[in-house]
Amino acid sequence: MSRVAVLAGGESLERQVSLRSGARVRDALEQLGHDAVAIDVGPDLVARLTDEPPDVAFVALHGRDGEDGTVQELLELVGVPYTASGPSACMRCSDKVLAKHALRDAGLATPDFYAFSRTAFESLGAAQALPAIEERLDFPVVVKPASQGSALGIRFAPTAQEVPAAIVAAFSYDTKVMLERHVNGRELAVSVLDGPEGPEALPVVEAIPRGGDHYDFEARYQIGRTDFACPARLEPETTARVQGLALDAYRVLGCYGFARVDLMLDAATGEPTVLEANAIPGLTETSLLPQAAEAAGISFPAFVARVLDLALIRAAA
Amino acid sequence: MGRSRSTARDLERYAGLFAQRTNGMKSSAMRDLMAITQRPEVISLAGGLPDTTHFPAEDVAALMARVAADASAAALQYGPTDGLEEVKRAIVQVMAAEGMDVETDELLVTTGGQQVIDLVCKTLIDPGDVIVAEGPTYPGAVPTFGAYEADVVQVEMDADGMRVDRLEETLDGLQRAGRTPKFVYTVPTFQNPAGVTMALERRHQLVRIAAERELLVLEDNPYGLLRYEGDPLPPLYALDGGEYVIYLGTFSKILSPGLRLGWTAAPRPVLEKLGLAKQGADLCSSTFGQHFVVQYFAQRNWTDLLGRLRGVYTRRRDVMLEALAEHLPAEATWTRPAGGLFIWATLPDYIDTTDLLARALREHVAFVPGRAAFLDGRGGSSLRLNFSGVDEPDLREGIRRIGKVVSEQVQLYSTLTGTPAAPPRPAAATPEDAAAGRVLPLRRRAGGER
Repeated sequence: MSRVAVLAGGESLERQVSLRSGARVRDALEQLGHDAVAIDVGPDLVARLTDEPPDVAFVALHGRDGEDGTVQELLELVGVPYTASGPSACMRCSDKVLAKHALRDAGLATPDFYAFSRTAFESLGAAQALPAIEERLDFPVVVKPASQGSALGIRFAPTAQEVPAAIVAAFSYDTKVMLERHVNGRELAVSVLDGPEGPEALPVVEAIPRGGDHYDFEARYQIGRTDFACPARLEPETTARVQGLALDAYRVLGCYGFARVDLMLDAATGEPTVLEANAIPGLTETSLLPQAAEAAGISFPAFVARVLDLALIRAAA
Repeated sequence: MGRSRSTARDLERYAGLFAQRTNGMKSSAMRDLMAITQRPEVISLAGGLPDTTHFPAEDVAALMARVAADASAAALQYGPTDGLEEVKRAIVQVMAAEGMDVETDELLVTTGGQQVIDLVCKTLIDPGDVIVAEGPTYPGAVPTFGAYEADVVQVEMDADGMRVDRLEETLDGLQRAGRTPKFVYTVPTFQNPAGVTMALERRHQLVRIAAERELLVLEDNPYGLLRYEGDPLPPLYALDGGEYVIYLGTFSKILSPGLRLGWTAAPRPVLEKLGLAKQGADLCSSTFGQHFVVQYFAQRNWTDLLGRLRGVYTRRRDVMLEALAEHLPAEATWTRPAGGLFIWATLPDYIDTTDLLARALREHVAFVPGRAAFLDGRGGSSLRLNFSGVDEPDLREGIRRIGKVVSEQVQLYSTLTGTPAAPPRPAAATPEDAAAGRVLPLRRRAGGER
C-alpha cells in the first residue's frame, strides 16, 4: 500500500473537470488499497508535499499550471515521484504551437497553421499579414488560443470578417494564438499508454457530435451531447495508420505514462492529421481515455495501477 | 467502502435512469468559469447579493432571543403549508407600501421568491409549453424554465422595459402557429439583469393584454422598494387587481436572503394549485425564519433597514456609474437604473463577454456574461454588473479592471481591422453627466424576438 497524493483542482479554467478526474482516481486508488490523499492545488502545495511527502503523486490537473509543466517541475524539485509526462513534454503539449512545430519538424502530419503573440499584432504589424494567411489556409479558418486545453476560446471563422473577433476571443485565454487550416472529416482520439514493451496505442475513439459544433466545450463533458464510438468504425488498415501516427506524435513530444492524441481523418485525402496532444487528458466518466482503456480490457483501476507503477519506475531510474 | 463510493461517482451507471427533463439541466463552460468567481481574491460583481452587513448583529441576537422566549417550541415545529398568519399580515403591510391591496388568504409564503418561479412552472408548464419572458431575463429563472422543458420566447426591451408592442406581435405570431403561452414572466421594476423599469403606460397595456387574452402574468418584484430616485410606479398586481397577475415578493432584499422567505399572491384557483405543489415540494417554508420575521415586524420598524439600504445602494450605484463613464471605452453603453441591484452594459459586438470573463478573472474581477440571461445564445456582448454587494473602493477597482480588459480588446480589434478605436471618453464631471445621453440601447438582434 502506498500513500498517494492526488493533485486536482487548481486555478485553471478546467478546475471543475479536474476535480471530477481527481475524484475518480481517488476512488480507484482506494479500491486498489492505497491511501489516497486529495490535494486541491494552491499556494500550500509545496508545503504539503514536503511536510508529509507522499510515496507518489497522481497528477489529475488540467490546463494551466497542472498540464503545462509547472507542477511537474515542482514535483521534481521536492523529489516526489509523479504520474505521466515530465516538464518538457507537458510544456510542448500544452502549447499547441510548440507541439505543432515539433510535429511538423519531425515530418508528422498536422494542419497548416500560423501563430502570433500579442506583440506581433501590437508592435510588428502582423495584422497586415492576415489576408495572405487567410488565403493560404482557406476558409473556414480555425482560431485557437495556444494553451487552452479545453475547447474554450476556439472559434471557426467562416469568412475574413469574422477573423478579428475570433482572434480577440482567443487572446482572452492566452498571449499567443494560432490560425489553423480547418480539416473537414472525422474526429478521432487515440489514447496512448506506456507498458512493459513501450507505449501502446489504445483503441481509437471517434467523437460524433449530435448535430453540433465539433468544438462545443459544453458537449465535451456532457453525457448525451456527443456520441462516442469505441473502437471507431474504421478499416483495419486506417486504424493502424491512425494509431501509428498517434504513437509517433507521443514519442516526438516526449510523453511518458499516458497521453491522448487528438486527430482528424481528413475527408478529402483519407489521411490522418494530428490536431494536438493532451499530456493529462480528462479522466472523468465521459472522458475518452478511460473509454479506450475499457475497450482494450483495461479497467480504470488497472489503468491507475499501471500509471502509478510507471511513475515509480521512472523515479527509480 | 471504496467500491460503493466508486459506483456512486460513476455517472455512466446512472445516465440511463435520469428523467428526460434533466437534459434541460445543463452544466456549462460558463458555470465552470463562474465557480472561479467565488475565490476571495476576486472582486465579484457577478452576484446578486444584498449587503447583509447593515443588519446589526445585536439586532439579530435580540430578535432570536425573542423567538426563543415567545415561541421556541412553535418555531422548531412544522408550520402550515401556506405560512404563518402573522407573516402574511407582515406581507400585507409590505405590499401596501407599494400600493397593493391583498388579503391574507390570497397569500402563500414560499421558500424565497425563487420557489414561486418553480411552483408556477410546476403548476402550469407541460413540456413544450410556451413562456414569454423579457430578453434579457433573470438568469436564475433560466434553469427553472429549462428543468420544466418550457419553450421560452424572449421579447425585446428598451429603456422603458418590455416592448409591449413586440409582446403583442409575439403573441399574435404564436397564435397563428396555434400556440398559447402559459404565462408571461416579467420583472417590471428595476429589472434583473437590465436594470430598467417598465413605463406606466406599458404596465397598463400589459394588464389589458393579459385580460383580453386571458393570459397569466408572473410579476417578479424583488426590488420595487429599492428605489433611489423618481416616483414609484404601481405594480402590475395593483393595476390588475389580482385577476391575471401572479405576484412574487420576497423578504430577501428588504430583510435578508438567508431567511429564504418569499411569497406569492395569486388568483385563488391558481393559489390553491400552487399550495398543493408546495406541499409536495417542502411541506412548509422555514418556521424558524417565519418566527424571526414575525418578531422583526413586531419589534422594529421594517422600513428603517430599507431606508439605510437605499442610502448605501444609491451611493454604490452612483460610484459604479461614475467608474463606468471613466473606464469603459466610448463604444460601450449601459443602463442607468433608478433602483434595484444591477446595471446592464453592452460592449461592441465583436467582444464576447464569456471569453472576456476568462480574461477578467486573471485580473481578479468577475461579472455575469450576458448569455446567461438568454435561452437562445443572444446577449454575447453584454454583461450584468451588481453594485449592491461590494463596497465603494472595490466597485471602483472592479470597474477599472473590467475597463482595462475591455480597452485591451477594443485596441486589439482596431489593430486587427486597421480601423482606429474611438477616442477615449472625456472624463465625466458628475454622475448625471456620465449618464446623460448614453442610456441603454438594449441591443436588438436581426430576426426579431427569437
